[in-house]
Amino acid sequence: MRRYSLVILLAIAIFAALPYVLPTYYLSLTTKILIFVLFAMSLDLLIGYTGLASLGHAAFFGFGGYVVGLLVVRGQVSEWIALPAGVALATALGALFAVLALRARGSYFLMITLALAQVVWGIAFGWRTLTGGDDGLPGVKRPTFIVSLADENSFYYFVLLMVGLSALALVAIVRSPFGHALRGIRESETRMLALGFNVWRHQFAAFVISAAFAGLAGCLFVYNTRFVSPDVLHVVRSAEVLIMVILGGVGTLLGPAIGAAVIILLEDFVSSLTQRWLLILGIVYVVTTLFAPRGLVGLYRDYFSRNRKR
Amino acid sequence: MIALDIENVTKSFGGVRALTGVTLSLNEGERLVLLGPNGAGKTTLFHSISGNILASSGRISLFGDDITQLPPDARARLGLARTFQITNLFAQLTVLENILLAVCGAQKLTFKFVRPLDRYDDIQKRARALLEEWNLVDAADRLVRNLSYGEQRQVEVVMALSGEPRILLLDEPTAGLSPAETLRVMEMVRKLPRDMTIVMIEHDMDVAFEIADRIAVMHQGRVIAEGDEAAIRGNQQVSDIYLGVE
Ligand SMILES: Nc1ncnc2c1ncn2[C@@H]1O[C@H](COP(=O)(O)OP(=O)(O)OP(=O)(O)O)[C@@H](O)[C@H]1O
Ligand SMILES: [Mg+2]
Repeated sequence: MRRYSLVILLAIAIFAALPYVLPTYYLSLTTKILIFVLFAMSLDLLIGYTGLASLGHAAFFGFGGYVVGLLVVRGQVSEWIALPAGVALATALGALFAVLALRARGSYFLMITLALAQVVWGIAFGWRTLTGGDDGLPGVKRPTFIVSLADENSFYYFVLLMVGLSALALVAIVRSPFGHALRGIRESETRMLALGFNVWRHQFAAFVISAAFAGLAGCLFVYNTRFVSPDVLHVVRSAEVLIMVILGGVGTLLGPAIGAAVIILLEDFVSSLTQRWLLILGIVYVVTTLFAPRGLVGLYRDYFSRNRKR
Repeated sequence: MIALDIENVTKSFGGVRALTGVTLSLNEGERLVLLGPNGAGKTTLFHSISGNILASSGRISLFGDDITQLPPDARARLGLARTFQITNLFAQLTVLENILLAVCGAQKLTFKFVRPLDRYDDIQKRARALLEEWNLVDAADRLVRNLSYGEQRQVEVVMALSGEPRILLLDEPTAGLSPAETLRVMEMVRKLPRDMTIVMIEHDMDVAFEIADRIAVMHQGRVIAEGDEAAIRGNQQVSDIYLGVE
């Protein structure tokens, strides 16, 4: 416990100091990483803990983002309403998806989440008068929560706070009796039923919680880029976050956070060299499944347990 | 009081009739052993009692409540626990975590999101006491998938009885175990409180006769004989189809 608090304090100190040491470009890259850390951790709750592999997670991310974008740009609505509305509606969409997708399991679940997400993408793409279609909605100004968050530094701190609090909440959830029940469901639904757990309700709750955090990440993303387009809803986004989770190591929260950082940094590095980001992403996926099926965290653990044995 | 009442239960899978008009009734605290050759319908009967499958027709009641249409978790909350013929545990979790989940389920500790499970002292104490009681303390922190088959069977029995169920269904708890392991599991069953109603599927006649207050023999989806040891041993039909097969 002591060591944990120490690590957390150290992490807070380092993250708080970053604006003083990093050039603006890398600071905003860090902001982006933090947003995807949240996105990836939200998906890990579903995949790693509950055992439900979703290929439509960008729907919640993008829907939250669109709600913020539309309210701010089209509605001139206050950020005090826009951000909570973005999260709330993404959560509601999560509930709807859950009801539809939880009728199936395994690859069928995957297909349904994918199909539903494609519907949302199609609406954003096609409804030009509302969403601007392919061109998206520019001019989503950064919010003012008591202080203006327009500049990179204060926006970074805001994202750090939001992602930090969300991470704490997720860690609490996975350690709680509820979180343990999710692991049980991942391992054996019939066993959990035989022990008296209402499996469907747990899966539903996990799905909705996961969608809520993904929605928050999407809202932050749109504020960060000041722009929203169908790209945030695209299946490539869903695949990307899935790969972040797998690369880091499912069911660990920390792993997907690391996976998110690695992928965003890699994307940033690669984009100056080639346009073939999807190809690179595919290679990362294949290499991970071949050589580190339990992700980077799994590799690390294997390495340490082997050293301990010696 | 009648613990379990099965009335004229039928189950068919497509064209296959797995159960045909099964009627059985158990008093509270009674220990019934189900015998029968492979494919007789014993596991299917268990599944329809526990709700893993729904009976095609007929009626099942548990302590007076009609449970015929209830999902398995609702039946578990009425005090029914079971083991499975094919070991059904949380393979990637430790033995302690497996038992903790069973205790959480039994104490209806669900949808608690804030306090870590580690800090629910009563739950932790209960789980550890169970491990102590059933000699699994040394295995507490081992992953279930790393246990031997025999150990897994024991964990599953402990898991099923950790909620102090009113009725316990054991589907071949000793199948595939060494003679020593079989003795251990039988010792566990013998140690169970006398007011716990038990139905056990068993292939070994000696084990069956030793545990049972009463025996029912199934064949081709029907209960063909029911009674005490003498009645079963003396039954011609049973010797023909069951003992002949052995
Ligand atoms: N899900 C299913 N779908 C189709 N047929 C099934 C299904 N489950 C069981 N059966 C059939 O029902 C019959 C009874 O099977 P059951 O598993 O209940 O037998 P059992 O008495 O438990 O046998 P064993 O001693 O081998 O465990 C068998 O003919 C089996 O093939
Ligand atoms: Mg069977």
